[in-house]
Amino acid sequence: MSATDRAPSERVDVCVVGAGPAGGIVAHSLAERGHDVVVLEAGPRVPLDERLERMERHQRPAHDWTEVWGMGGDRDAYTSTGDVDYPLNSTRIKGVGGTTLHWIGYTPRLHPKDFEMESRYGLATDWPIAYDDLRPYYAEAESAMGVAGAEDNPFAPPREEPFPMEAFPPSHSDSILDAACEQLDIDVHSVPQARNSEGYDGRSACVGYGTCHPVCPSGAKYDGSVHIRKAESEGARVLDRVPVQRLEHDPEGERVEAAVYATPDGTEHRQEARQFVVACGAIETPRLLLLSKSDIYPDGLANSSGAVGRYLMDHLLYLVTGRLAEPTGQHQVGFSTSVTHQFYDHEESTPGSFFVGFLNYAGPSPVEAALGDGGWGDDITAAMERSYGGHIGTEALVEQLPDPDSRVTLDPSETDDHGNPVPQIHWTVGDHGRATAEKAIRTQRDILEEAGASVDYATPAHSPLSGSHPMGTTRMGDDPDESVVDPRLRTHDLENLTVASSSVFPTGGAMNPTLTIAALTLKAAEHVDADL
Amino acid sequence: MELTRRDAVAALAAIGIGGGVVYGAFEFADRGVSDGTPSGTEDPDSLLETTVALAEVVYPPEVTEVEPFVREFVSGRIEDDDRHTAMVDAADALDARARSEYSASFYELDPEEGDALLETLGMSEVDPDPEGDERERIRYYLVNELLYGLLRSPKGGQLVGLENPPGHPGGLEAYQQGPDR
Ligand SMILES: Cc1cc2nc3c(=O)[nH]c(=O)nc-3n(C[C@H](O)[C@H](O)[C@H](O)COP(=O)(O)OP(=O)(O)OC[C@H]3O[C@@H](n4cnc5c(N)ncnc54)[C@H](O)[C@@H]3O)c2cc1C
Ligand code: SF4
Repeated sequence: MSATDRAPSERVDVCVVGAGPAGGIVAHSLAERGHDVVVLEAGPRVPLDERLERMERHQRPAHDWTEVWGMGGDRDAYTSTGDVDYPLNSTRIKGVGGTTLHWIGYTPRLHPKDFEMESRYGLATDWPIAYDDLRPYYAEAESAMGVAGAEDNPFAPPREEPFPMEAFPPSHSDSILDAACEQLDIDVHSVPQARNSEGYDGRSACVGYGTCHPVCPSGAKYDGSVHIRKAESEGARVLDRVPVQRLEHDPEGERVEAAVYATPDGTEHRQEARQFVVACGAIETPRLLLLSKSDIYPDGLANSSGAVGRYLMDHLLYLVTGRLAEPTGQHQVGFSTSVTHQFYDHEESTPGSFFVGFLNYAGPSPVEAALGDGGWGDDITAAMERSYGGHIGTEALVEQLPDPDSRVTLDPSETDDHGNPVPQIHWTVGDHGRATAEKAIRTQRDILEEAGASVDYATPAHSPLSGSHPMGTTRMGDDPDESVVDPRLRTHDLENLTVASSSVFPTGGAMNPTLTIAALTLKAAEHVDADL
Repeated sequence: MELTRRDAVAALAAIGIGGGVVYGAFEFADRGVSDGTPSGTEDPDSLLETTVALAEVVYPPEVTEVEPFVREFVSGRIEDDDRHTAMVDAADALDARARSEYSASFYELDPEEGDALLETLGMSEVDPDPEGDERERIRYYLVNELLYGLLRSPKGGQLVGLENPPGHPGGLEAYQQGPDR
């Protein structure tokens, strides 16, 4: 793409910032309704036919995993100051498709309780909308992304429509853990996921490459580039490698007038639009608002509540793995096929929600075992037999509560490749999260031990891994003093600025967030359409 | 476990060469399908001789009949001109080492000598690096390249009872049935 291709369009109807799934879905939805849409994306386009090579980079030990999607460096610099380190460059990808280039693709709905934490338990805050408000959008999102699932989950929230595709059958190692769960009276069921169990929407069925995370070469796994291509086919214009530096508003501070973006040669341009949708994920969205401070908004754009950047949540991720004497057949697919949501809808306020999933990719893969060893000939077989075999494992995602001090701010002591202060992430876990984690880890251990495995690793309760699901940093609410966006996802402060992201979640539950992001985005697109 | 030319075609297909067209047909429709003929400029013969001899050393002893597999696999891989050049350079470097130690080309060494040469080069300690020094490039472009090709093929997976190793699009049956040994 030449420099002139990145010149701004004449004032358009909608300017979308960010080309992840949220940006792609909103751009497609509005372009399909006949609006003139421009999408500005910080990262590069990633041609589909490069994916096999990117998978090879992931599999071969010479390459750092960040090379797969080109993460890190000055563009992605950040600082982390919380009680748990926040590994930002492994929890988001910058590129057309966003972080879903790298995601696994589980797409459960939130449960009704997740919208009512304050009324049910006296914890945190309720959402200003209920599960029922989102229900039709959930169905629309499942069909837009292509979700394979089954109605075998006794704990799932109510639904009326069938899943667009059949669920993936359970794996061999699921059957081992399933038998253990039966002994423990734990019900196990399938996992809804945005992955084609048959050809869907012009994309291939899953063919079992087994490398979904970080790259699916077949296109069976949904990612945000799907909707970017659809948006383009409806006439949207998508510019890559144009990080937006700031949003500029009118003299009254009532409307955003332009998104100022930089091209690869450093030139700045102004894209003017009637409506703006920020879809930069839960870290870069508040950062962009904070970078856009002005005389009227000295603490950051749309931040008269002071909530921008605050209430950062993630799902706390705990792995418990072990080994069995028998082979478990790991690494033949790159995704889980069985989980249990039995512990989700809790009675007491604490411990809270979590779910446990069974891994199909525990322990090193044969390629990792063989190439990581350094030997050859006989040594290869020995290394593979040593490292590949009876691995088995579970993961749990655990709910944490919003805390105003868990937050994203700007770190003026360090700047990115455009001289902007980098995001400083101060992630705290909290007692509710820790207590819930203890129960989750106990449950995971019980399952593995019942299956006869010797446990060889358990993430400590006080230092979880990041679930890679940042949320909460531009929360939604009815009260402009406490929240950043209203239930239409429009900022309270600026009448033409909408946020499409998990950053609007008032609480985060423990379910993977992207289907909910997609559902909220479809809802937001309707409101933006109505405003145009 | 006998390797065949067919296994190499399977390994290449997994890597996207010669028919590994699995992204919806419309996406890759215009991508050429390999007839196995390298498109680079250098004569690939000495590269093929060297890699066949090297595979005799680095492949596990259970794997037999490596020659047709390696010829097919390497010919497919060097359709990419950059990789072709890099592999030829690495093979020349390995050959030069063989000449200085044994006064013979690498492909003229018997497997024990080849193995000893890799030991002399400290290959088990060397980090594979496509942009590294000579030994690092030999490890990346030759030793690991050959092992990678093997381990992504169903035959390589069978070394650990795995029909569908990661990186091979072997469908959705194998994971449900579990290991086959
Ligand atoms: C390893 C991993 C596994 C995951 N697995 C799951 C899963 O199984 N299920 C699930 O629901 N979720 C999962 N997720 C999370 C999921 O990927 C995210 O929830 C989802 O991608 C968020 O979508 P988004 O569009 O809001 O943001 P993103 O996908 O992060 O996209 C934001 C885009 O905005 C761009 N951007 C940022 N700042 C600017 C700027 N200033 N100007 C222009 N562009 C900008 C970025 O470059 C990026 O492309 C996983 C994530 C990871 C890392
Ligand atoms: S297993 Fe994963 S990487 Fe392989 S085709 Fe299926 S979705 Fe894609």
